[in-house]
Amino acid sequence: MALSYSPKVMDQFKKMTNNGRIEDADGIGKVGNPVCGDVMWIYIKVKDNIITECKFETFGCVAAIATSSLGTELVIGKTLEEALEVTDKRIIDLLGGLPKEKHHCSVLAEDGIRKAIEDYRSKQK
Amino acid sequence: MGNKIYYLDNNATTKTDPAVLEAMLPYFGEEYANPSGVYSFAQGAKKAIDDAREQAASFLNADPKEIVFTSGGTESDNMAIKGIAYANTDKGRHIITSKIEHHAILNTCKYLEKQGFEVTYLPVDKYGIVDPGELKKALRKDTVLVSIMYANNEIGTIQDISTLARVTKEAGAYFHTDAVQAAGKTALDVKELGIDMLSLSGHKFHGPKGTGLLYLRKGVRIHSFMQGGHHEFNRRAGTENVPGIAGIGKACAIAAAHLADNNDMKRIKALRDSLEKGILEKIPDVQVNGHPGKRVDNTLNVSVRHIEGEAMLIHMDFEGICASSGSACTSGSLEPSHVLLACGVDHETAHGSIRFSFSKYSSQEDVDKVMEVLPGITQKLRSMSPMWNERKKNR
Ligand code: FES
Repeated sequence: MALSYSPKVMDQFKKMTNNGRIEDADGIGKVGNPVCGDVMWIYIKVKDNIITECKFETFGCVAAIATSSLGTELVIGKTLEEALEVTDKRIIDLLGGLPKEKHHCSVLAEDGIRKAIEDYRSKQK
Repeated sequence: MGNKIYYLDNNATTKTDPAVLEAMLPYFGEEYANPSGVYSFAQGAKKAIDDAREQAASFLNADPKEIVFTSGGTESDNMAIKGIAYANTDKGRHIITSKIEHHAILNTCKYLEKQGFEVTYLPVDKYGIVDPGELKKALRKDTVLVSIMYANNEIGTIQDISTLARVTKEAGAYFHTDAVQAAGKTALDVKELGIDMLSLSGHKFHGPKGTGLLYLRKGVRIHSFMQGGHHEFNRRAGTENVPGIAGIGKACAIAAAHLADNNDMKRIKALRDSLEKGILEKIPDVQVNGHPGKRVDNTLNVSVRHIEGEAMLIHMDFEGICASSGSACTSGSLEPSHVLLACGVDHETAHGSIRFSFSKYSSQEDVDKVMEVLPGITQKLRSMSPMWNERKKNR
């Protein structure tokens, strides 16, 4: 199967920002993909309700890597409430679309971010 | 475009040999006659088919009448399996194959299961080998056909076809082998193998796409699904693809000569071996899939643990390298390679599998290029793999 990724996906995959882990993260979102068995971990640092730092580790395909990378870019500098509005649909749109069989990969990014925020909030209580 | 290509995906398809192309051209042009014509103008086209049949027969040590030209490996496989199944329903409806067959076999068998046939899928060991003892146990009175591939497309593992065929014959069933990945890589002698049917695909050994053949041993009757004229000795109706047939015939002749060229066969194996060695030396935590020895000399399948194949392939593609992967993410079905899973490879390791497959057109440059870029790619992808980083931490 030849893959037809948009140029924006390829660019994001190539430049790959924010990959790696944050050792002293305030929140970690660990999500797995039941469809193809991929794994994504999202790390956040939070200060005054604002995400100051966000990184990802992904074991997955080009789409999974590109969407996690873009997802982290989108939430840095945002309030937690704003970050929760980053949906997979928005990520796909910004990437100029994804092949249909790759849509599930972008869901990982949305879920990962949400879980990381939940993790942070649960620790604040 | 214009960037240099390092083509290491020869199990997917091969470059058409220029001599093959040349052999085909007249039949797209001046020699356009229908070979069934009775006039002398048709003689050229007819002779092209006869010659090709001779070339194919001699490539397989068969009789020319035992060669049926088809549109490819998939059609040959369909023809053999359905053809035998439907021609022998009076005897039984049981078929045996293996878990690691190409989809052309597996999906044909699945189709037949829906039609009321029964299929046994033999397991393989961790190297992908079918045990003749297992076959013996699976054979029944109502078994009409056994189909086991000669060499596997993903891992290259070669089966002991002559033993499997003998066991089958003893039980009174027909034996077919999908030899699509063996052609041009190892000598094929249908008599020595003792088989009834064998499938080939032209484009896997420097012939044209859209061409294939089925060796059908004299006396083996199959049910025909293509109704029409009397072409191919009543076994496959339809005006012959004359240029294609001329092309696959030529490809057979060229492959036969190449197999006899020991130096070049050794060169190809040495390239594969040096890439294998290089990867094992330079990249930690890698496993080679398939049998170390009983494996076609052009194929290397490795799993780079904790990273995913598609990401590796695309990074290599940036550098002009063409390879393939058994990762779930590349499969379209989002299932990892059924071949690797059948060999007991776990999902995660199957995810990180990549296959490099060589041909006579491969060179040291291809190997060097992979060795230049792959270690860096794997390092980069591993640095952001949660599994890899966990593993490192737990050390
Ligand atoms: S992560 Fe497997 S298909 Fe995207």
